[in-house]
Amino acid sequence: MSFWQMGGYADYIWPAYGVSALGLLVAIVWTLKAYADAKARLKALEEKKP
Amino acid sequence: MNILYRYANPREFMRLSGALLPFTAAAAVLAILAGLVMGFSVPPDYQQGMTVTIMFIHVPAAIVAEGTYALIAVLSLFSLVWRHPLSDVAARAAAPLGALFTALGLVTGSLWGRPMWGTYWVWDARLTSFLLLLFLYLGYMALWNAIEDEIRAARACAILALIGAVNLPIIVYSVEWWNTLHQGESIISGKLAPVFLWPLLVMMAGYGLLFLTLWMIRIRTEILNRRSRTLMLGGA
Repeated sequence: MSFWQMGGYADYIWPAYGVSALGLLVAIVWTLKAYADAKARLKALEEKKP
Repeated sequence: MNILYRYANPREFMRLSGALLPFTAAAAVLAILAGLVMGFSVPPDYQQGMTVTIMFIHVPAAIVAEGTYALIAVLSLFSLVWRHPLSDVAARAAAPLGALFTALGLVTGSLWGRPMWGTYWVWDARLTSFLLLLFLYLGYMALWNAIEDEIRAARACAILALIGAVNLPIIVYSVEWWNTLHQGESIISGKLAPVFLWPLLVMMAGYGLLFLTLWMIRIRTEILNRRSRTLMLGGA
């Protein structure tokens, strides 16, 4: 049996890893995006002020 | 207490977290990659077969989910008793991450339960109290968004978080207090074989570091947003 078949439990193991990877990746992207937006907004406001 | 006040002001937090972030981020990535490699090289468990690999992502997600709630409860206490504004920011920043890890704990547990128990879900004490944790997170986040005045929102949320903390010992001890389908604790009691324990510990470190990294970035985001709001108000 190959590695990818996971001893016959591939139908449960890969979705578990897939959902976890997806969830964590979305959290990472979301967090970084919000941070970049906040930085840009503050910079724009500071530049507007003398 | 002195240490707390020294590092818990926004300016110091920005400096300290800025210095720490590259290290926690790199350590999180390394630990998770190492955990994956170690996790997928274990032999099949004599009862669970290869579904034992689901444990390496289920248990870390569940522990971070519970730990995050405990963190929010402690921060809420600080917020209520000492009125420290950064503790509100930190608690609020942690909540969506806690909710995500709770959801991941539920989904991965369910995907393990189906082949091992024959069902995706059962209303036993552990699963039910853990589902309640997800609802507590969602309620906490909804309450933050429902009250416009930030100081009032912070107080209401802190009280909710402290009441909800009653659920934490229930989750932890549910497997002892009641007859649960969910198995009992096997890490601290030393029942877990080292070949499975090591990948689990490494993965737990990875999940914990990832949480820490994202949490710090989220706190920084909120600090910057507050500065923006102050500038906008000042310029109006």
